Amino acid sequence: MSQSDRLPIFPSRGAQMLMKVRLKGAQTGHSLLKKKADALQMRFRMILTKIIETKTLMGEVMKEAAFSLAEAKFTTGDFNQVVLQNVTKAQIKIRTKKDNVAGVTLPVFECYQDGTDTYELAGLARGGQQLAKLKKNYQNAVKLLVELASLQTSFVTLDEVIKITNRRVNAIEHVIIPKIENTLHYIISELDEVEREEFYRLKKIQDKKKAIKKAKEALAAAQRALNENLEQQQPANILDEGDEDILF
Amino acid sequence: MALHSAVKGKLISVIGDEDTCVGFLLGGVGEINKNRHSNFMVVDKNTAVSEIEDCFKRFLKRDDIDIILINQNVAEIIRHVVDSHNSPVPAILEIPSKDHPYDSSKDSILRRAKGMFNPEDMF
Repeated sequence: MSQSDRLPIFPSRGAQMLMKVRLKGAQTGHSLLKKKADALQMRFRMILTKIIETKTLMGEVMKEAAFSLAEAKFTTGDFNQVVLQNVTKAQIKIRTKKDNVAGVTLPVFECYQDGTDTYELAGLARGGQQLAKLKKNYQNAVKLLVELASLQTSFVTLDEVIKITNRRVNAIEHVIIPKIENTLHYIISELDEVEREEFYRLKKIQDKKKAIKKAKEALAAAQRALNENLEQQQPANILDEGDEDILF
Repeated sequence: MALHSAVKGKLISVIGDEDTCVGFLLGGVGEINKNRHSNFMVVDKNTAVSEIEDCFKRFLKRDDIDIILINQNVAEIIRHVVDSHNSPVPAILEIPSKDHPYDSSKDSILRRAKGMFNPEDMF
């Protein structure tokens, strides 16, 4: 276990508690982020299948639109330049709304009609029906394309967010949690070391105390032996002089 | 600005051949602003690549454009510029043109999508 594998912290009970709390926090965060990533992934796959469907549908719609353009040209004659020159204001405009998926805002485009048709009078002389059909076809195409655009935008945004979330999940799983665990191990081993030292110290003190006690006892015994000796001498005297002279 | 333009409504711009542009203009997406700048560009065989690039970049910078429709064959010409754009707005949509059928393998988005999934479960 090298220095870089753990957090620079002083090994103490307080620090151990702190690390435990942090480990708990990291684990909770990890599971939450994992859930978020799963939710995003689900949405992402849904959007992807929708995009593919819409793209194939778009091919059809565009083909039809192009075909009706050719039809209109056949009946009306070439009107390309007239149309290109007479542009003024857009009739179809886009509104943006926000959609929220697991805390990620996705823009949703919505088209709406605004103002009058600039080419109201186009095809008045002949081919009016074809032109009307053409306009309708292209308006449908625009609607579909706007839908596709919002799908595509969601796709790009989600892609980015999923990458970030996965990076965070992996960082917590493989860097932060091991680091905290290493720190915890380090703190525990240090604390054990301190405890052993303390135990040893206590033992040592006990030994010392025992030795002192022994010495004291030995001294006391010696004293007692001395006293006993004195007492053993004294009883002879006591025996001698304990009795009173009865005769005199 | 964001609020203001949200109220105003954004535009769709078109880069493509004459027929595509005419079609969408008839659909009602065309607009010419006060400075006489149009939101569409007609590309024919005489249009220079740098001209398309400049136009595309100008459309990207305009904040009143939310969607850029571009013909796939035109997108193919300025592929590097299209690929380098990766912010969500404006959204770039590649559409088939009249004389070039749609090829999904060339689309920037679908190519990215294919990188994540097997080709089998695409369809």
